Amino acid sequence: MEPGFLINVLAFIVASTFRSATPLIFASLGGVFSERSGVVNIGLEGIMLFGAFFGMLGSYLTRDPWFGVFLGMLVGALIALLHAFLAVDLRANQVVSGVAINLLATSGTAFLLQKLFHTAGQSETVPKIRDWQIPFLKDIPFLGEAVGKLNPLVYLAVVLVFLSGYFLFKTTYGLRIRAVGENPEAAETVGISVRKVRYFSVVLSGILGGLAGVYLSLGQMDMFKENMSAGKGFIALAAVIAGKWKPKGAFLACILFGFAEAMEGQFQLMGMDIPKHFLHMLPYAVTLVLILGLVGRSVAPEASGIPYEGRK
Amino acid sequence: MSNNPEKNLLEEYSQKLTFPLIALFIALFAGGLLIAWLGENPFNAFLHLFKGAFGKLSNFGETLVYVSPLILTGLSVALSFRCGLFNIGAEGQYIMGMMGAAWVGSIFTGLPAWIHIPLTMGAGVLAGFVWAAIPGFFKARYGAHEVISTIMMNYIALHFTGYLVNYVLMAPGGYLPATRVISSSAKLTRLIPPSRANTGIFFALASLILVYIFLWKTKWGFEIRAVGLNSEAARYAGINVTKNIILAMALSGSLAGLAGALQVQGIQYRFNDLFGFTGYGFDGIAVALLGNNHPAGILLSAFLFGSLNCGALQMQSVAGVPKDLIGIMQSVIVFFISADYLLRKKLERPFSIDMEEDSPGKEVQSNGTGLSH
Repeated sequence: MEPGFLINVLAFIVASTFRSATPLIFASLGGVFSERSGVVNIGLEGIMLFGAFFGMLGSYLTRDPWFGVFLGMLVGALIALLHAFLAVDLRANQVVSGVAINLLATSGTAFLLQKLFHTAGQSETVPKIRDWQIPFLKDIPFLGEAVGKLNPLVYLAVVLVFLSGYFLFKTTYGLRIRAVGENPEAAETVGISVRKVRYFSVVLSGILGGLAGVYLSLGQMDMFKENMSAGKGFIALAAVIAGKWKPKGAFLACILFGFAEAMEGQFQLMGMDIPKHFLHMLPYAVTLVLILGLVGRSVAPEASGIPYEGRK
Repeated sequence: MSNNPEKNLLEEYSQKLTFPLIALFIALFAGGLLIAWLGENPFNAFLHLFKGAFGKLSNFGETLVYVSPLILTGLSVALSFRCGLFNIGAEGQYIMGMMGAAWVGSIFTGLPAWIHIPLTMGAGVLAGFVWAAIPGFFKARYGAHEVISTIMMNYIALHFTGYLVNYVLMAPGGYLPATRVISSSAKLTRLIPPSRANTGIFFALASLILVYIFLWKTKWGFEIRAVGLNSEAARYAGINVTKNIILAMALSGSLAGLAGALQVQGIQYRFNDLFGFTGYGFDGIAVALLGNNHPAGILLSAFLFGSLNCGALQMQSVAGVPKDLIGIMQSVIVFFISADYLLRKKLERPFSIDMEEDSPGKEVQSNGTGLSH
């Protein structure tokens, strides 16, 4: 093979790795915030699906995909608010409430699709978010080809990883989130409102989950398809665990999953005779192995998943 | 609980039924509002829902077709709950059960039915058993949380069986990816033609009784429930927690696997390529929760969800209401039950779920905070 061709292929793989990782990155950042505050959000999968639907709807109604971004995030926040209400105020079983969100998302979006578009399966096409070309980056050899022209949400995802890391570990509010997730009683003793911090974190996770979904319908595609989240919310949660509840760690895990997905496309392009089923299986199998290898060394926030009963 | 003799039985049951009934009525109300929003008449739609499920004897037969797998996946999820585990993997175990049964059902020919039927069922049960024992082992041995690992196993099952049916076991000469049709010696008898109702329902009903006996009348079941109530105390009392976690998961998977086998032996007669999840495993979660993780409750809630799912088809075709409405109503019910947790915790101290890696120790903590309230 010529070196030039090889570099092209490599650049293509890097680009598609980032493209595939982006929805996972948004959702896993959401998972980090929620779990750091002590609330398990297994409903991220469903929140993503809602985000994808309402992103499409926003773009359909205004012909402006950025309104879709806004609407998708807003609906993600509202669903998360419901989860926060159940988990924090009603001390609901967080896994069960997450299952309910996922159920609601699957049938709810299918129902809305029929009501609003009178079709099943997929919506009509809507204006999508166009790729951005980054001025200086695009002229650098290899890098320009790989990451010089991508969807703006891809760049946003990478920026958010660093912002989230900073927020969580360098700011007072970040410290509060971590304190509430580790030891809510102690946090309350020093005057932190466990309730407020958990509400904030869960809603933030919903906004990020909604954004992840918007990327699916308006970044990767230009329409909504039934069940298009296809387990990505769950993979994002696994990335949270594999990344030890840290934004950068989760980011790396997402990149790994994105790479697996990119290779899947690559194998198909090169016409290699690997059954696609094995490639589809790969991210889930990798996740399983990662979880096994990391438990023991990877420690969850102490109070994660436990409803806080208040100081007595 | 039935092991609380000083309590008035009637009072106890009415207390248990109140919350699910409230949840059900609110779900029906929400469903009615959505139908009205569509511009249809809710009463007319619900009438067709009811007719679709019970209008004729054959409709009732079709309802049973939906009820049998839900009984078994509901039991599956409930059995894991009773051990303090959340088996979200019933879906994958069900799929593996279908595949196991389709394989064993089709490779043997000329066997007498009294051998071939149980053999095929056994293959489904075994496939589910193994598929659930793996995450059970991961949980017990490495502390990997079963919620995440069973979700992963679901997707692996979906794609693995997709591979098998497209490459290894595809029926020769067929256009669509599907296995061979199973031998007639492995097929279950149809009861109410033209409906597809079959003797599978009896196996589902028998499982209800067997699970009840197992959990409440045997030492094994007692140990599983003890681990579910408080694994630390169970360990202290000399119960092997590791063994019970794996056993509970594996048995839970067996029930889902049996559901898959009955689906192949009684309904489909082969494994067709799945283009997505069947939903029976996930619905089992709702069935178990609404049924209070008790066989009697599961019978009622499986019947409810089964008739809703069956009736929804007629509601969709005649009254023009999308059948997805049923899923929305189910989610409303599950939302309510999730909030019921606190109440139920006080009533009977059930399982506790957390996302911790070393769950057993943490369980005490979470139970502790729960009860100090």
